[in-house]
Amino acid sequence: MTAAALQVRVPAGLRGYTGGRPVVDVDVAALGDAPTVGALLDHLATTLPDLERRVRDEQRRLRRHVNVFLGTENVRDLGEQATPVAAGDEVAIIPAVSGGA
Amino acid sequence: MIGTRKGLFLARSEDRAGWAIEGPAFPMNAVYAVAVDTRRETPRLLVGADSEHWGPSVFHSDDLGATWDEKEGGALRFPVETGAALTRAWQLQPAGPDQPDVVYAGVEPAALFRSDDGGDSFSLVEGLWDHPHRPQWQPGGGGLCLHTVVPHPTDADRVLVAVSAAGAYRTEDGGTTWQASNAGIQALHQPDPFPEFGQCVHKIARNPAEPEEMFLQNHGGVYRSHDGGGHWEAAENGLPATFGFPMVAHPHTPGTAYAFPLVADAHRMPPEDRLRVYRTTDGGDSWHALDAGLPEEPAYATVLRDALCADDATPAGVYFGTRGGDVFGSADEGETWASVARYLPDILSLRAAQVP
Repeated sequence: MTAAALQVRVPAGLRGYTGGRPVVDVDVAALGDAPTVGALLDHLATTLPDLERRVRDEQRRLRRHVNVFLGTENVRDLGEQATPVAAGDEVAIIPAVSGGA
Repeated sequence: MIGTRKGLFLARSEDRAGWAIEGPAFPMNAVYAVAVDTRRETPRLLVGADSEHWGPSVFHSDDLGATWDEKEGGALRFPVETGAALTRAWQLQPAGPDQPDVVYAGVEPAALFRSDDGGDSFSLVEGLWDHPHRPQWQPGGGGLCLHTVVPHPTDADRVLVAVSAAGAYRTEDGGTTWQASNAGIQALHQPDPFPEFGQCVHKIARNPAEPEEMFLQNHGGVYRSHDGGGHWEAAENGLPATFGFPMVAHPHTPGTAYAFPLVADAHRMPPEDRLRVYRTTDGGDSWHALDAGLPEEPAYATVLRDALCADDATPAGVYFGTRGGDVFGSADEGETWASVARYLPDILSLRAAQVP
């Protein structure tokens, strides 16, 4: 990871969309002047569109049973997609514990 | 193709007697929509698979399921300006043989999409999305879904769709304008028993050899039409019950269709606790039970709207799958039945075809 990058951790179920990579580095400079989780996902929508569409729907809402963590905090408990991100952060996409039998 | 709540299974047979089962593909994805497109030089399998976590997507295979392709960015997505997001593909339906690259998708929230590249990518049919009735459509128990697409086999401009619980709509100009097509169908859950729209239609089947002849399983009520859906009349003589979900027309023979009745809305189990398919061979004048070879012990499983199908062989094969995970098949138009697969997850969708 370069000094200006953050890391996106990708769950096993979505690594088919990242060429098998469990971690994707993203240059924070690519996220605009006020980098946020939403800006990060907008960036992924252009660089890894299938990864992004499995995390958000067409209206760019986080899918109901997908959680995005900034470090150890669920962004739903922070500022949702307005949550700021910075170089050095780790953003993890994790499926919710749900799904029934 | 056997779509289940936990993935896709494939059953192959040389003689429609012994079956080899493969799968699951797309494990833990609910497969509500499957299609075998035999119009192409190489048959194409189409699948709508919903992940509880990662949402819905559409896949296709040109090698009979050995490998699957998923269009980058997704084949089936609502335009951002609609404000809508895809919940599920309920139906993937190849159009008539004169339009070999056209595939329709019926989805939830209720909308019709059309592909002109064999299902690789789809576009919203805006004429139906913009229909003035749409804001008044109410969801059925399965959500507000467009679950049935019935293209005309020889007239590309004519398509009929069914929406729960808005009823049937049809176009005669290739999708630009749509008319409610529910005349004669009773809406049991509304004060006006015969509204213009709002019927809870469960499935509609069109006879490929006699395209004006259609059969309809309503939420209470079995109907037929002799004018391509312009008017409907009850066709229930011989049925033990008028509730049910699927309806299938014979692939070649006019006047013949198949249904799987359930006791009632409030008792969704087979009459007399027996798995029985009902068939009409006289255009809906009468229906008769078919159960030779089906289990004689009590059975309580339902057959969902897309879990009864026919193949395109002669004599036609007929197949059904239950929410109990059993698939049964008949290689003689329903006269006798045998097990195709057992102990699968709940069966949501089923399609069969002859392939080279």
